[in-house]
Amino acid sequence: MASVSKRYPVRARDFLHAGEASIQIQAFLKAMGLDAGLIRRIAICSYEAEMNAVIHGGDGELEMTLADEWVTLEVRDAGPGIADIELAMQPGYSTADETAREMGFGAGMGLPNMKANADELRLESAPGRGTRALMVFRREAAGGGAP
Amino acid sequence: MKLSEIVRELEAVALTKEDCLEREITRCAGSDLMSDVLARPTEGILLLTGLTSIQTVRTAKIAGVAAVVFVRGKTPPPETVALAKAERLPVFASPLSLFVCCGRLHARGMTGLDGRR
Ligand SMILES: Nc1ncnc2c1ncn2[C@@H]1O[C@H](COP(=O)(O)OP(=O)(O)OP(=O)(O)O)[C@@H](O)[C@H]1O
Ligand SMILES: [Mg+2]
Repeated sequence: MASVSKRYPVRARDFLHAGEASIQIQAFLKAMGLDAGLIRRIAICSYEAEMNAVIHGGDGELEMTLADEWVTLEVRDAGPGIADIELAMQPGYSTADETAREMGFGAGMGLPNMKANADELRLESAPGRGTRALMVFRREAAGGGAP
Repeated sequence: MKLSEIVRELEAVALTKEDCLEREITRCAGSDLMSDVLARPTEGILLLTGLTSIQTVRTAKIAGVAAVVFVRGKTPPPETVALAKAERLPVFASPLSLFVCCGRLHARGMTGLDGRR
């Protein structure tokens, strides 16, 4: 089975470039002719995870793999990690600082948005161990939309 | 409403090239919270916001927003306008408050993202 991967560096606190990788992934998937609803879900997840790494995490990497039957997103960062993942997943929970809030982040909706839009979300994190968000999208589910 | 009518109603000025003013937009969101925008059906909408950072353009792009109006007379920094041009996102600036912008567009028949008025 043919698959293609794209990898982008993500830099902590680099707000001038934050989100660029996700915009490029969105453009690439459009060029590949994927279903518009599926691209939307992938782009939202990618952007939320990328912004989380920039805002709360540390330097890391965003990797997207397009295969015949699925698309995966993996966002890894070497930041401080998340102590209580269940709490972080609660809609409205946020530790975003003033700088992030001035740019419109800190609604505490990023992780819930990722959960709603991905067919599968795995969040691995521990204090001092960084964070890894893995998301899977089934291509045949295209157009089904998020719950 | 046509984008050109929206611009007139909001007394707004174009910050990017005015080449899509014929576009019809029926739904509108007013928000300063980016993830709240991303949580809702935003394809082809008008976004009214007081946030002028470059992240507003990236969020709008990811969300499939059709056009952005910066409210309260804020002038966005040059990098915001430059990215909007590069990404072909029409952006405008209105001297009116978010409240007044919403009120004027609502009075002209525009709806929220779920189609309600
Ligand atoms: N990569 C990460 N590294 C460390 N902490 C994280 C990371 N991602 C999320 N968190 C923690 O989880 C919380 C909730 O994240 P979530 O994306 O849901 O909301 P937010 O980023 O605070 O606000 P929003 O995404 O709505 O702008 C964050 O405030 C932060 O405390
Ligand atoms: Mg977030």
